Amino acid sequence: MNANASAVRTYILTEIALLGLLALTICVAYLNLGLLNPIIAGAISVTSATLIILNFMHVRHSKPLLWIFVAAGFFWLGIMFALALSDFLTRHWR
Amino acid sequence: MSSSPTTPILAHQFEDATQQRDAATIGMWLFIATEILFFGGMFLGYTVYRYTYPQAFAEGSQHTLIWFGGTNAAVLLISSTTMALAVHAASENRRALLVSLLLGTASLGALFLVIKGFEYAHEVKENLLPGSSFHIVAAEPLKAEMFFYIYWLMTGFHALHVAIGVVLILIFAARAFFTNAFVNHDTPVDLLGLYWHFVDIVWVFLFPLLYLVDRHS
Repeated sequence: MNANASAVRTYILTEIALLGLLALTICVAYLNLGLLNPIIAGAISVTSATLIILNFMHVRHSKPLLWIFVAAGFFWLGIMFALALSDFLTRHWR
Repeated sequence: MSSSPTTPILAHQFEDATQQRDAATIGMWLFIATEILFFGGMFLGYTVYRYTYPQAFAEGSQHTLIWFGGTNAAVLLISSTTMALAVHAASENRRALLVSLLLGTASLGALFLVIKGFEYAHEVKENLLPGSSFHIVAAEPLKAEMFFYIYWLMTGFHALHVAIGVVLILIFAARAFFTNAFVNHDTPVDLLGLYWHFVDIVWVFLFPLLYLVDRHS
């Protein structure tokens, strides 16, 4: 019964944090911070996604083998971005 | 043939129920990895074009309806909570609660699609659908049109995923209500939850990238 209540509590707290981060990202978008704008927006998105993955998709309490499968998807994504952008960001051919 | 509601069916290739459940969860995450790369290709295209045409992307983004997109972000985040609670209810064999939480999640998913539909209708009326009638007041209209190509492509594929999710959730709700399918066998509900949360994560990234570019200017 106690574990039950704590699981529900985690979901509610996660939800409050996610809605707070959503409000924060909208507010920050209206401030002119130059190059920091996309960086902060990206950091907030990554934080929200991490909260969802760890708490809602309960990866936090999963076995190491599952962590590898979760990480693999994002690792491949990283390879795609790194190889593609190493071209676009360095050749200045626009 | 009726399976006893107290013991989950164990397929012959598995040692025990835990191993069976782990295998299913890993399989679902493998599918999600392919989905990450499916959307990842579009995110990469977005990144390259935004880097190349920063001004046009800022102008294009300011033509999007921020309160529609923002409301939809909140709707999906709340639907993720109801889905997490539904998965929890399934794990405790609370059938009535499971059915109502699934129906709540499906309703929020449908609400997302309705809001998105109104938004699309507005954009078609404003000639923001790329094509022969596309028209935008911007310094470089052709480059701003590129923003809207990406906008329609990515939100369209995301909406398709939401629609598939709503249909799946309704099927699950019906099965939970009319059959014993998920009694002591909550793995399918768990996997459905993983899919729904993934769709939510895609919007967590899409919303700032499409609606919030240079809002301050």
